[in-house]
Amino acid sequence: MPILELDQVSKSFGAVPAAEAVSFAVEPGEALGIIGPNGAGKSTLFNLITGNIGVDSGRVLFGGEDVTRAPPMRRCLAGIGRTFQIPQPFQRLTVFENVLTAAMFGNRSSQAEVSGDCARILVDTGLVAHANVPAGKLTLLQRKRLELARALATGPKVLLLDEIAGGLTEAECGALVDLVRAINARGTAIVWIEHVLHALTSVVNRLVVLDFGRVIATGEPAAIMASRQVREIYLGIEV
Amino acid sequence: MSVDALSSFRVTTGTRASGAFALVAAALIVIAFAAPLFVSRSVIQNLFFILTMLALAQNWNLLAGYAGLVSVGQQAFVGIGAYAMFGAVILGGMDPVAAIAVGGVAAVLLAIPTAFFVFRLYGAYFAIGTWVIAEVARLVVAQWKSLGGGTGTSLPRDATRSIWGQEAVAALFGVRGPHAADIVSYWLALVLVIATIGFIYRLLRSRQGLGLAAVRDNQDAARSVGVDALRLKTLVYLAAAFGTGLVGALIYVQKARISPDAAFSVVDWTAYVIFIVVIGGIGTIEGPIVGIIVLFLLQNALSDYGSWYLLLLGLIGIAVMLFAPRGLWGFFTDRTGIELFPVRRNLIVAPGATPDKGGPHG
Repeated sequence: MPILELDQVSKSFGAVPAAEAVSFAVEPGEALGIIGPNGAGKSTLFNLITGNIGVDSGRVLFGGEDVTRAPPMRRCLAGIGRTFQIPQPFQRLTVFENVLTAAMFGNRSSQAEVSGDCARILVDTGLVAHANVPAGKLTLLQRKRLELARALATGPKVLLLDEIAGGLTEAECGALVDLVRAINARGTAIVWIEHVLHALTSVVNRLVVLDFGRVIATGEPAAIMASRQVREIYLGIEV
Repeated sequence: MSVDALSSFRVTTGTRASGAFALVAAALIVIAFAAPLFVSRSVIQNLFFILTMLALAQNWNLLAGYAGLVSVGQQAFVGIGAYAMFGAVILGGMDPVAAIAVGGVAAVLLAIPTAFFVFRLYGAYFAIGTWVIAEVARLVVAQWKSLGGGTGTSLPRDATRSIWGQEAVAALFGVRGPHAADIVSYWLALVLVIATIGFIYRLLRSRQGLGLAAVRDNQDAARSVGVDALRLKTLVYLAAAFGTGLVGALIYVQKARISPDAAFSVVDWTAYVIFIVVIGGIGTIEGPIVGIIVLFLLQNALSDYGSWYLLLLGLIGIAVMLFAPRGLWGFFTDRTGIELFPVRRNLIVAPGATPDKGGPHG
């Protein structure tokens, strides 16, 4: 049974369709990539999955249960973790407190139970040196790492990553790929929106291509990238 | 996820300043309780004003500074608390001190249905909504004929002459009845301030406090990591209403005379309170303490200048907002790092405890 399933999900903003009858499923432990040009509706899709935006029609199933009407908090507790494309840190809380909040509320645990995990996550994401700095003082790249750390701390079964590799050096990107692989290897399913295709394709085993809110292709990364239709959409973007 | 490599870490909240301050605070509390022994009645009345305004300011700061609920309608709870106390005394024959509790409960009973309405509003609309509710409450209470309607009423003499503890205090201190009543009110105000600050500080250091700070900083993100934002905000709104209702009732036990316009005054119970919190430093427990001292000194220094006083107050408020947006305490703490009520949870990782491997980005 898929851990996450979208069934004919649609959403429009006024006359502009952001998702049109989108259906796909994510198996437990799978790593799925989502690509598409800017404005294709990728981030909106994440917001529909997490409940930050409500669907117009269609269903979102998580672990076989219909969560279409569940608020974001319930979906987080069920096991959906997400990063925001534009980082949304808790500005006046420290980096550690940001992660601690996610760990305590996302797992319904006490501070003592999760502090160790939080420290470990901060080491994994390279933020431990900034643990006691208010998140509002971080650079953009550090904020993106914090997004990942906070999402990890909720103990997700499915981790939704929204463009976390942009702007990294090659070495940093390699380390990020290793980290995402390690998270995936521990059994967490990954759904990753990314424009940095070489990073994405070295982690995911399946790609979904979105354009104008529609799924126009699904399949193995190599086959997808070879397809003419996808190349046309990505014309001008280096593969 | 293995924790072995990180066995030597700990989480701390205290600072050296806060440890020393705890001792000073304990001494101050003892001195404050003993104050009626060595200060005059007018000083006790001034202290009563300071303490009750501080309690109101702490409650408003909890709402606006920690939950992001900028209300300009807290006078609704002062007024309803005061009127419920009057009702319990005049119609129910209760002792005024016991009736203060009725004031707190009445404020919560008003807050439950109003929360339903105002939580559908955000930002400026929330502020206006709370103000409208306070005005509605004032107009409704003004129809309450047995409590004097629009002109108001006084506490009956036999009720104010023998409030709880008054006789004992009069005998113990060798003072007359009204003076003894002021001392009792002052002690109650002191207890209320200590309880309010204690409650808020405990809340902020608790799990709920962390969730609240997350909601204040970014509600969408907070909901996405499992924080029940609506539940936390409702909890804070009800707690602040209860505290504000208690203070309102206590203020009017001491005043012994009430009218709708005074008890629901937006200037007295909200505008001054906002001034106190903004001047002192919003979002800190220390801020309102600094703010009430500043307001009291300004009031005494400028009270002869009539309406110039309010103009000056406004100008000072604007100046502080422009040049020290985090208030006087924020200005101070940014430069010194001193916090008397630390909330921050610091992660201390022992050197060498972190593995050699760096993060993914170097």
